[in-house]
Amino acid sequence: MPERSASNGLSWALGTVLLGGVLIGLPHLLSLSQQEILVLLVINVLLVASYRLLTLTGEWSLAHVVIMGVGAYGSALTAKKLGAPVPLAMLAGATVAGLFAFLLSFPLFRMKGFYFLIGSFAAGEVVRLIWKWSELTWLFGGPKGIKLIPPVPDIEFLSIDFYNPVNYYYLCLIVVAVSLLILYRIEHSRIGLTFHAIHWQDKLAESVGVDTFRYRTLAFVVSAFFAGLAGALYAHYVGTVNASRFDVESMVYVLIWAIVGGTATFYGPILGVVVLTVLNEVVLRALQLDSMRPMFYGAILIVSILFLPNGLESLVLKVKAWFAGRGQKRATAEQPAE
Amino acid sequence: MTVELLLQTIVNATYAASYMALIAVGLVLIFGVMGVINFAHGELYMAGAYTVVALYAGFGVSFFVAVAAGLVFVGVLGLIMEYALFRPLRDNPLGGLIASIGFLLILQTIAVLGFGVQMEHVPPATQEKIVFANGVVLTYQRAYVIVATVVLLGALWLFLRKSKFGWALRACAQDREAAQLQGMSINHTARLAMFIGAGLAGVAGALTAPLVSPTPYMGHSVIITAFIIIIVGGIGSLEGAVLAAILYAFVYTFVTTIYDGTLANIVGLLLMLIVLIVKPTGLFGAKERA
Repeated sequence: MPERSASNGLSWALGTVLLGGVLIGLPHLLSLSQQEILVLLVINVLLVASYRLLTLTGEWSLAHVVIMGVGAYGSALTAKKLGAPVPLAMLAGATVAGLFAFLLSFPLFRMKGFYFLIGSFAAGEVVRLIWKWSELTWLFGGPKGIKLIPPVPDIEFLSIDFYNPVNYYYLCLIVVAVSLLILYRIEHSRIGLTFHAIHWQDKLAESVGVDTFRYRTLAFVVSAFFAGLAGALYAHYVGTVNASRFDVESMVYVLIWAIVGGTATFYGPILGVVVLTVLNEVVLRALQLDSMRPMFYGAILIVSILFLPNGLESLVLKVKAWFAGRGQKRATAEQPAE
Repeated sequence: MTVELLLQTIVNATYAASYMALIAVGLVLIFGVMGVINFAHGELYMAGAYTVVALYAGFGVSFFVAVAAGLVFVGVLGLIMEYALFRPLRDNPLGGLIASIGFLLILQTIAVLGFGVQMEHVPPATQEKIVFANGVVLTYQRAYVIVATVVLLGALWLFLRKSKFGWALRACAQDREAAQLQGMSINHTARLAMFIGAGLAGVAGALTAPLVSPTPYMGHSVIITAFIIIIVGGIGSLEGAVLAAILYAFVYTFVTTIYDGTLANIVGLLLMLIVLIVKPTGLFGAKERA
């Protein structure tokens, strides 16, 4: 990280406070259905940010949404069948997702590139079929999935009722903010730098003693843990999970958010999911074109891969550079006058 | 398992192997020449099926004319993909794959808007069937698929081995730059490969439309099947794709008949995962392409 000057630090602090204020005030400006979408958006931010951690090592998985589902199923079953308190069940669900990714890493990280992509796709489909399988209906509920998942208990003495989407939004906001902080710290630690090294120069990294398999597994497990946490937040909010919620189409949306946003920076995928969700809700819902949603996403994906291959984040960088350039020009223009 | 059931299952598996081979060979051809995994291949199959829904079931055009129209229509869709997506992204194979996902979503939405999400029922072109000894039945509708597969794949094989275009196509699949240096047009061979590859998926969809009840989302299971086959057969090998289609169709049909369809799907995917782990170049020994 480059050193920041005092004024830069101040503007960062200001920006954080401003962002926090907007995020806290936002739900009060929205309608009930928009508040519900906002909750899902916050959960999706965690999903796509955790996905990015895996893409740092250069691998694109198609199993990420299924892993989110493993967290959702795990948390729902722990709370419903074992009667564990919901917050504990959520952590258990995320841990199950992490463990599952650990097991999956042994076959999957023998592959790279296309093979990894298709292998992860196959592994995810196997899991979805097992959820739907009639032989295991007693556990996973078959195609209908698990219903009546216990909600997050109310905090009585503060009279906070998590049935209200605004309150659940705040809960998610806290969980997701802490998770993003952890993900950010990991990326900017020595481990994160190793992930980058594996992405760009895996042979070189190996030759200086980096166990690339272990680091790939680590990235996979950590990203699965947070995807599982997102799944758990989803399960206890919606109250029902089923296999078709975690199908390849949902995975395609995660891919689109990440690609349209760009994956070179931490904020890229988050930018992607926020911009596309807002566009989706504002434009498509306003024009009553909900059934056009896949076409809209498909067209945006194609346009962005053709004309904006580095994602929305590259626009941000360009705007920044433009401002910096203008500042410099002004400085040089003012010089002769002095 | 009785002898009758065994023989009937073999007949069913032969039918399944036929349309699976048509789809998988198209996918392999596109991958071989373009270097792109076409994720929209299942939706090309769906487009072929809906051509028959519209022309044959809707407007009453004769079945075989509708099938031919399906081949041409989906082949043209392939040309559009080549021109609009794969050509600009030629140096970016992952980009081509991602763009094909976008195209898939667009095709799916068009089908939903044009026909609705419900299953379409296409009446069979003929009720006649061949009855073998032991009461084993093969309907004409299924026999059409088997015959069409043998004829089309045979023609493709001759085309690739004997014609000048075929040589150029295979040269481009082997080494694009060297082929270009010999004066072959990459754009031309790419167009040809996309038209044939997409057209084969379209024919498969058109021929099986009366047998499978088309929906806009039918491409999903098709692309999974196609992936299993091309991985097991060795990604980039046409002969491997045909052999793997036969192998997978028999495994799938027998497991479905003896146990159930979900288990058959799980077995197929596990087969693919095992091949990926043990021998990523495929069972039928194709050379690896970067």
